Amino acid sequence: MAKSPAQGAPFDPFVAPLVLGAEAPPISERGTFAFLRGHLFGSLPQILLTLFGAWLLYVTVPPLVQFFLIDAVWTGTSRDACLPEKVGRPVGACWPFIWAKFDQLVYGFYPASARWRVNLVYALSALLLLPLLIQRLPYKRLNAIAFFGVFPVVAFILLTGGNMEPKGFLLSWLGLGGLFSGFGALGGVQFGFWADFVLSAALLTALVAAVCRVVAGPQAARPAARSTLGVLAVLAAILFAADLDLGLMPVETRLWGGLLVTLVIAVTGITVSLPFGILLALGRRSNLPLVKIVSIAFIEFWRGVPLITVLFFATYMLPLFLPGRMNIDGLLRALVGVALFASAYMAEVVRGGLQAIPKGQYEGAMALGLRSGLMMRLVVLPQALKLVIPGIVNNFIGLFKDTTLVLIVSIFDLLGAMRAAFTDPSWATPTTLFTGFGFAGLVYFVFCFGMSRYSMALEKRLDRANRH
Amino acid sequence: MTADSLIADVEKSAPEIAVEMAGVNKWYGQFHVLRDINLTVHKGERVVVCGPSGSGKSTLIRCINRLEEHQKGRIVVDGIELTDDLKRIDEVRREVGMCFQHFNLFPHLTILENCTLAPMWVRKMPKREAEELAMHFLAKVKIPQQAAKYPGQLSGGQQQRVAIARALCMRPRIMLFDEPTSALDPEMVKEVLDTMVALAEDGMTMLCVTHEMGFARQVANRVIFMDEGQIIEMNEPEAFFSNPQHERTRLFLSQILH
Amino acid sequence: MSDATDSAPARGAGRRWSWTDPKLRSAVIQIALGLLLVFLLWAFYHNAVANLSRQGIASGFGFLDNRAGFAISQALIPYNEDMSYGRAFLVGLLNTLLVAVLGIILATILGFLMGVARLSKNVVIQALASAYVEITRNLPPLFQILFWYLAVLAALPGPRQSWGMGLQPFFTAIANGLDAVGLGVLGAPVGAFAAGLGAPSVFINNRGLVVPRFFLESGGTALLIAIAAGIVIALLFARFAKRRREATGQIFPVFWIGLAIIVGLPLLVAAAMGFPVGIERPELRGFNFSGGVTVIPEFVALLLALVIYTAGFIAEIVRAGILAVSKGQSEAAHSLGLRTGPTLRLVVIPQALRVIVPPLTSQYLNLTKNSSLGVAVGYPDLFSVFAGSTLNQTGQAIEIIAMTMAVYLTISIVTSALMGWYNKRVALVER
Repeated sequence: MAKSPAQGAPFDPFVAPLVLGAEAPPISERGTFAFLRGHLFGSLPQILLTLFGAWLLYVTVPPLVQFFLIDAVWTGTSRDACLPEKVGRPVGACWPFIWAKFDQLVYGFYPASARWRVNLVYALSALLLLPLLIQRLPYKRLNAIAFFGVFPVVAFILLTGGNMEPKGFLLSWLGLGGLFSGFGALGGVQFGFWADFVLSAALLTALVAAVCRVVAGPQAARPAARSTLGVLAVLAAILFAADLDLGLMPVETRLWGGLLVTLVIAVTGITVSLPFGILLALGRRSNLPLVKIVSIAFIEFWRGVPLITVLFFATYMLPLFLPGRMNIDGLLRALVGVALFASAYMAEVVRGGLQAIPKGQYEGAMALGLRSGLMMRLVVLPQALKLVIPGIVNNFIGLFKDTTLVLIVSIFDLLGAMRAAFTDPSWATPTTLFTGFGFAGLVYFVFCFGMSRYSMALEKRLDRANRH
Repeated sequence: MTADSLIADVEKSAPEIAVEMAGVNKWYGQFHVLRDINLTVHKGERVVVCGPSGSGKSTLIRCINRLEEHQKGRIVVDGIELTDDLKRIDEVRREVGMCFQHFNLFPHLTILENCTLAPMWVRKMPKREAEELAMHFLAKVKIPQQAAKYPGQLSGGQQQRVAIARALCMRPRIMLFDEPTSALDPEMVKEVLDTMVALAEDGMTMLCVTHEMGFARQVANRVIFMDEGQIIEMNEPEAFFSNPQHERTRLFLSQILH
Repeated sequence: MSDATDSAPARGAGRRWSWTDPKLRSAVIQIALGLLLVFLLWAFYHNAVANLSRQGIASGFGFLDNRAGFAISQALIPYNEDMSYGRAFLVGLLNTLLVAVLGIILATILGFLMGVARLSKNVVIQALASAYVEITRNLPPLFQILFWYLAVLAALPGPRQSWGMGLQPFFTAIANGLDAVGLGVLGAPVGAFAAGLGAPSVFINNRGLVVPRFFLESGGTALLIAIAAGIVIALLFARFAKRRREATGQIFPVFWIGLAIIVGLPLLVAAAMGFPVGIERPELRGFNFSGGVTVIPEFVALLLALVIYTAGFIAEIVRAGILAVSKGQSEAAHSLGLRTGPTLRLVVIPQALRVIVPPLTSQYLNLTKNSSLGVAVGYPDLFSVFAGSTLNQTGQAIEIIAMTMAVYLTISIVTSALMGWYNKRVALVER
C-alpha cells in the first residue's frame, strides 16, 4: 500500500512505557528567585523602577514613623509639653493636643452630663448595624426594621431630649388652631395637639376612602382607609414618643458637633435617601410621561450641582420658600439638603439594580398573575436591592466624606471641630496642625477604607452567587 | 336565566372554546410580526406550534396571556376578551399558566416559595394550604425533595419541571409552553417532555411552541406551522408530518427532521 | 369578526370608568402629580414674595449691574472693586474653569500613571500605587484642601526665605554625575547648559508660587502662525499617510514624523526670528517678589487636592478599563501576528476606552463640582465670589443660588450630552 507523502510520513506506533510522575520546576521558576526575577529585577527598566520605588518608600515611611511615633509626645497637659525648646529634643506629633480636644472632636459642645446619651446612641447603632452587615446572621428583616425604623426615633429622642411640645397638626396648620387651644398637658403630652391629630386623622381617612370610592369603586375604599389609618398610627406612635417628657435635658443641635454630627448627617442621609431613591428610580422607569420627566429632572438636577450649592440652597434659599412662621433648625436644614442630594444619587444606584434584573423575571411574575405593585415588591425589588448593597455602601462612603462640607455652613462636624481646635492659642505648637490632620485623616481613612473593603467583599460574594 | 341555560345547551353539543384569536395582527415598530391570525383552541386540546426562528410563534402564544399586546383583532381567553383593562388581564393570567425557555424562576426564593408565591398573593390562599398544593405538584413533577433548595442549585431540567409545577399551582385551565426544552442540555430534554406528556394525559389544554416533533406526534391534536407571522399550515400530526401540503412546510420539516 | 363576538360573550365588561383601565389610571396619577407640583410652586412663590417683602430684600437680577465693592485676589480678566457684580460673576466663573481645566489635565496624567502602575508586575511599584489610591480616595476632598492649605502651604517660609526651584541644580547634578562616572565628554556641555540657565526662577513661599512670565516680542505672531501651521501640516500628513497605507500597504512612522513637524517648524521659525519670546523673571524686592506671575496659595492648595483626590479615582477607572479587555483579545491579536505596540493601539486601547471614558467623564464633572470647595480656603471661584461675597452683600439668595446652580448644571448637562453622543458612536453593535 503506497501512501502519498501528503498523507503523512511513515511512523512507528508508540505506547507510553510508564506513567510519568510530576517533578518540581527548575530552580529559575520557583521560590524567592523566581519572585525576584518576575516581580523586581527581571530587566533593566524593572530594576530602575524597583530602585525608584524603594527610594520613594525610604523618603516617606521612615519620616512618618519618626514623626507620629518615635518623636511624638504622648503625655502632657499643655502646649509646653510639645514645644521643642521646652522639651529639649525634636518634637513630632503632639498627641496631648488630641487628648485635650478629644471630647470636642467626638461630641462637639454636647453637655458633659448628657454625653451618656450620645454614647448610648453609638452603642445602639453598632449593636444593630453590625449584625445587619454580617450576612450569615439570621433575622435580617427584624434587624432591618429595628435599624431603619425604630433606631432613628430612639436616637432622635436620646440626642435631642425628646419632649417636642408640638403645637398643632393639620387642622391648626389650616388655620383652625383656635379650636385646640386651652387644652392642658400631662407628662409632656400636649392634649391640644392630640385632639387635632385624632380629628385630622379621622377626616383624612374619610377623605381617602371617599376619593377611592369615586375613582376605583366601593371595594377599594375599605383597604385604602385601612392603610391610611395604618400610616397615621405609625406616625402617631413616633410623634407620641417624641412628645413624651422622659425627663431628658433638651440639647439644642447648635451644641452638637464633631464625629456626632458627621455620623448623624451621613446616617440620616443614607436612611432617608433609600426609600426616596427607590421611588425615584421606579419613577424614572415609569411608563407615565409626567412621572418619568419629573423623576429625571429631580435626579439630574441634584446630581448636576455641587453639594455645597445644595447646602446653601437648603440653608439660605429654602427658608424663603416656606411659610414665615416656620423656623427651621440649622442642622435640620443641612439634613434636608443632604437628603435631597443623597436621594438623587441613591436613585441612580437603585436604577442600576433594576436594570440588572432580566426581563424574564418580570414576565415570569406577570404570567403568574402578579400585578405590577406585587411584582415589584415580591420579585423585582428584593433581587435588585440585594444587587445594589455594594453601591449603597459606596454611596454611604461618599456621603461620609461629603459631610465635611457642612463646615462651610457653620456646622461643626469632625473636620470643623478639628479646625476650631486649631485656633486655640493655648495649644499652638509647630506640630499641632500635622497632628490634628494626622488624627482626623486616620479617622476618615479607617471608616471609609473599612466600608469600601466591606463593599468589595460583598460584591465578590454576589458575583460568586450569581455565577451558579 | 335564559342566557345561562343557552350556554349550558351549547356546552353539551360542542366542546367549550378555550382560546379564540380572530384577525389578530401585531407590529414591532414597522415589523409585522403577526399577520391576520385566526385560531380557535377548544378545551382539552393540545396544540403544537412550530416554525423557523423569527416566524412569530412565540409572539403568538405570548399574546394569549398579554405578555405582548396585539394591535388589531380579538383574543378571547376562557370567555374573557383581552383589552387594555388591567382587571381582565389579571383574570386571564390567573387562568393561563406559562413556562418559558429560560424558566424564569425567581432566584431569590426557594423552590417551595417560588410555587407558593402566586397562590398566596394572587389567589389569597393561606400559607399552609398553598404549601400543601405546591408539594402536591412538586411531587407530580417528581422533585418534592428539592423544595427547600434555591433554583440556582438545580439542573436545567429540574428547573423547568419546577417552572411547570409553579404554573400548575395556580390551577390554570390553559398552559402555554414557550420552547420549554430548547435551552436544556440534550440529556435533560426527556424528563421535561415526560412531565408535559403526563400533563397532556390529565386533559390539560396546552399550547406549545416546540421543535420536539416526537412530542408533537405523541400528544398533539393539531400541529400549526408558522412562517413570517402567518399560519401557513395546520393539520393533525399524522397528516402534517406524513403529507405536508405547503412547500414551506416541506422545506422546514426536511431541515429539522434531517 | 362579528361572528367571533357572538361566539364568545365577554365576561366582566363592567363599568365604563374603571380603575383598572390603564388610561384612566395613568391620567389620574399624572393629574394628581401635576396638581401637587403646581401647588408646591405656587406655595413657594407665595411664601417667597411674603418673606422677601417682610425682610426688605430686593428681587430680580438688577443687582448684577451694581458696584461690587469687594476685591478678588485672582482675576484672569481686568477687575477692580468698582466693577459690577456681573463682572465679579464672570471673574469667578473663569477662575472655576481655570482650576477645573488644569485639574482635569493633571489628574488625568497622574491617574493614568497610577492606574498603569497598579497593574505593574513590579510589586514595589504596585504596592505604592495601591497605597496612593487607597489613601487619597478615602480622605475627604475638603480635608485634603485644608491640609495642603493650612498644614503645608502656610508652613512654608515667607518670601525672603523662599524655596527657589530651578532647573540649574538638576542639570548641574547630572553634569557632576556624568563627570564622576568618567563621561566628562558628555558632562561638560551639560554643565555649560546648566550654568547658562542662571539663578532659580521658580519660587515657592507662604504667599504662593512665583513663576516667570513669558511674553511674545515683535515677530511673535509669526511664531504663533508657525505653531498652528505645524499642527495643520502634521494632520494633513497623517491623512496622506493613511491614504497611502490603505492604497499601497506601506506604513510610515506617522507619530514621529508628525511630532517632528509640530516641534520642528516652530523651532525653525523661532530661530529665524531670533527667538521672539521674552521671559520676565521674578526678583525679590524688599519683602516680596516683583515681576513674574504669582499663583495664590489658595489656588495651589485647591489644585493639589483636586488633582490628587481625583487621580485616585481615575487610576481605578483606568485599571478596571484595562482589565475589562479580556486576555483573549490580546491573545487573538498576537496569534494574528500583531506585535505588542499595534496590539495595544489597534485592539486593546480602543476597547478599554469604551469602558474608561464614561466614568472618566463623570470624574471630570466631579472635579469641576468639587472645585467649589475652594470657598473653604478663600479661592475666588464662582461659588466663593458669587454665593459667598455677593450673597453676603445683597442677601438675594434666590437669584444668586439659582444662577450658581444653573452654571454647574449647564456644565453637567452639556457634558452628559456630549457623553451620550460619544457612547452612541462607540457602542458595540449587538443583536
